[in-house]
Amino acid sequence: MSGFPALFYKELLRFWKVVVQTVVAPVVTALLYLLIFSHVLEAHVEVYPGVSYTQFLVPGLVMMSMLQNAFSNSSSSLIQSKMTGNIVFVLLPPLSYLEFFLAYLGAAILRGLVVGLGVWAVTLWFAQWSLPHLGWLLAFALLACGILGALGIVAGIWAEKYDQLAAFQNFLILPLTFLSGVFYSIHSLPAFWQSVSHVNPVFYLIDGFRYAFVGHSDTDPWLGLLVATLCFVAISALTLVLLRSGYKLRH
Amino acid sequence: MIPAIRAAALHKRFGDLQALNDVSLDIQQGEFFGLLGPNGAGKTTLISILAGLTRADSGRAEIMGHDVRRDYRLARRALGVVPQELVYDPFFNVRETLRIQSGYFGLRHNDSWLEEVMHHLDLTRHADKGTQSLSGGMKRRLLVAQALVHKPPVIVLDEPTAGVDVDLRRSLWEFIARLNREGHTILLTTHYLEEAETLCKRIAMLKAGRVVALDETRNLLQHTNEHCVSLRLAEGGPPSSWAARMQTVGDGSWRVSFSDYAELESLLAALREGGVRVSEMQLQEPDLEDVFTDIMKRT
Repeated sequence: MSGFPALFYKELLRFWKVVVQTVVAPVVTALLYLLIFSHVLEAHVEVYPGVSYTQFLVPGLVMMSMLQNAFSNSSSSLIQSKMTGNIVFVLLPPLSYLEFFLAYLGAAILRGLVVGLGVWAVTLWFAQWSLPHLGWLLAFALLACGILGALGIVAGIWAEKYDQLAAFQNFLILPLTFLSGVFYSIHSLPAFWQSVSHVNPVFYLIDGFRYAFVGHSDTDPWLGLLVATLCFVAISALTLVLLRSGYKLRH
Repeated sequence: MIPAIRAAALHKRFGDLQALNDVSLDIQQGEFFGLLGPNGAGKTTLISILAGLTRADSGRAEIMGHDVRRDYRLARRALGVVPQELVYDPFFNVRETLRIQSGYFGLRHNDSWLEEVMHHLDLTRHADKGTQSLSGGMKRRLLVAQALVHKPPVIVLDEPTAGVDVDLRRSLWEFIARLNREGHTILLTTHYLEEAETLCKRIAMLKAGRVVALDETRNLLQHTNEHCVSLRLAEGGPPSSWAARMQTVGDGSWRVSFSDYAELESLLAALREGGVRVSEMQLQEPDLEDVFTDIMKRT
């Protein structure tokens, strides 16, 4: 029998035991963003015709919360295990690098989805949806959590101190998510920054995810799907190579 | 019979440090084997290579005939390791920790064995406690229990009694000795040499990454023929013919080393002739600590 279910279960139990910190807190943060931005901008901004600013903002906030929490789940679990030394509990048993990857990735995706669902649920007070493109919604949600979950594994393996992980989070993940059109349409940016946004993969995730909610997007969702899929494959491949080589885990 | 543990020409370097230098040894099934050496000798590196936590630069390591890299699943299934560091996962309680650890080995319905292990390690009454709230000794027991969840035929204990009180040490050794009697192979590293002397049938000593001694414990104890006698003199000082060889240890007590009991006889005769009265005498046989110190000095 495989050890994968136990590792997956352990990772789920780990974040569920601190659900206030791992699920409730990010939902409250997203709610605060929504209250402030929609209150200030609702009357002044209409990004797409017939779509209110709140309706525009909610998918971005849901996606941003999913991205940050999927990353946080795998990266914080690994860095904590490394710093406390209990990483040996998963290195001593006969778990393959693939089982290791799938367990951490699966738990990160699930945490991202639970937080995303939570944010979406509390925003139902502010905007109702017919959700015309449920397939796109699921595809972008899964890919987004998968990409950031895998990136979290890379960061968790690479970082040797909490400080390094915080740098990864604050100087890479946070700018990528904030500068990807969560709060605005990139069409409102100058031409140069529009081009820059097009090389940010998170932009495609948010744009495609928003398309599933409002039926409007800045780029073709098929292009977004292609970019997201390629990113997921590339980061997963990198993660698997690192795990297979034992990089910073088996010296 | 396939050896429980085989290390063949293992080399490992960390930067400038040659942690292991051509280490070879076989540990037979059912043995209680001691691995001794000063800090930095390479004991933990060797154990880490056997456990797959560290990869050797060259050489081979096998557990029950399974290569630790090529057949890592079988090798790790056959091995239980109690790590030196007192590590635990603060998110879980004792029972959850053991169930999860058991699950990593693909064992689902393992509760009866887990209950038995907890019972023997006196963990049952702490089963629902968070690991963070356990005392150091209890955390150490939990580490032992975690190493045993999959009933491994080979058990490695890396300094299991460091910082552990006398009661726990005794009960831990009773349990480990029982496992050994039931057929489990035990590899032990410890700084408490009297523990190694009592428990281990065979011992290897490492120094600077090399095996400098490998023999049965009783043969190693015959390695040195230095005996020692402590004397407390009630009246007078040491006779002049022996003064150079007698070391004062204060409070009227003296120590003399000798290699032949005939020398002891002539010392006592010299004391008698000199009119010196001996109020207390204690003879000390060489122990593993003497052997260890001697080997480390000479190699």
